[in-house]
Amino acid sequence: MTPEAGSAARKRATRAMDGAMILLILLLVVQIWLLMASVESWLAGHRGVALPAAIISGVLFCGCVGLVMLAHRAGRTARTPGAGGVTPPR
Amino acid sequence: MSEQPVSCPREKRLWSEEFSVAAGEQSFVERRQLGKFLLLTSAAMFAGQLWLLAKNAFTERVHTIWPRKAVAMESDLAVGAAKVFSYPGPQDNCLLIRLDEERFVAYSQKCTHLSCAVVYSAGNRRLECPCHEGYFSVEDGHVIQGPPPRPLPRIELERSQGQLFAKGITVFGEEEAR
Repeated sequence: MTPEAGSAARKRATRAMDGAMILLILLLVVQIWLLMASVESWLAGHRGVALPAAIISGVLFCGCVGLVMLAHRAGRTARTPGAGGVTPPR
Repeated sequence: MSEQPVSCPREKRLWSEEFSVAAGEQSFVERRQLGKFLLLTSAAMFAGQLWLLAKNAFTERVHTIWPRKAVAMESDLAVGAAKVFSYPGPQDNCLLIRLDEERFVAYSQKCTHLSCAVVYSAGNRRLECPCHEGYFSVEDGHVIQGPPPRPLPRIELERSQGQLFAKGITVFGEEEAR
């Protein structure tokens, strides 16, 4: 495998991880807003919002887990020899 | 005496323990750490929602039993006057207001914004929070103006033989659920 190919794979992996991190931050912002809004609504007496908000928050959390796994896989692929990546030094 | 360079296997070098990540790998490690931190925060937000859900389920089943407490004699309060009393606990200050000859209302004195003590303005016929200029209606405690997000909790009153008793608290939203 040529160093150029390894460098390109590393760049791709870095971009994939960056994209995953940006999406993670966006999901987290939505989750924070959701918690804030649902607490405020709950305190205002609208008890019915707790269940749908918890479901949506759970879905967002699952999305975050998926994105972190995706980022980990991208990073691992970039470091795996033979898969376009390089071996990390010991 | 000259020092001889010490040769040792690469794995054993001291700096490799201190700097265990190669420079080329550093960006991956930083992203992984950030990812883990974000995931942990996301889990905390989800846990918060679950806590709210659990609290919701719990408080729906438990009905608070409010004490019955004498707060004032009707004759003690002139029309347009207000009196501070504590209900249900000694730290829970409330305001009793006489609107006219026959009508009495009482509210919690804690502003729903940041818990400042509200005062009754007889001239404007409203309850005013001096901290952030939040105004509440004296008729039903709803927010007229300002940052408070919710109406004032209303104290249920009972009149008996010229005496006024507090017998419960109605928080905004609870009356809809009943």
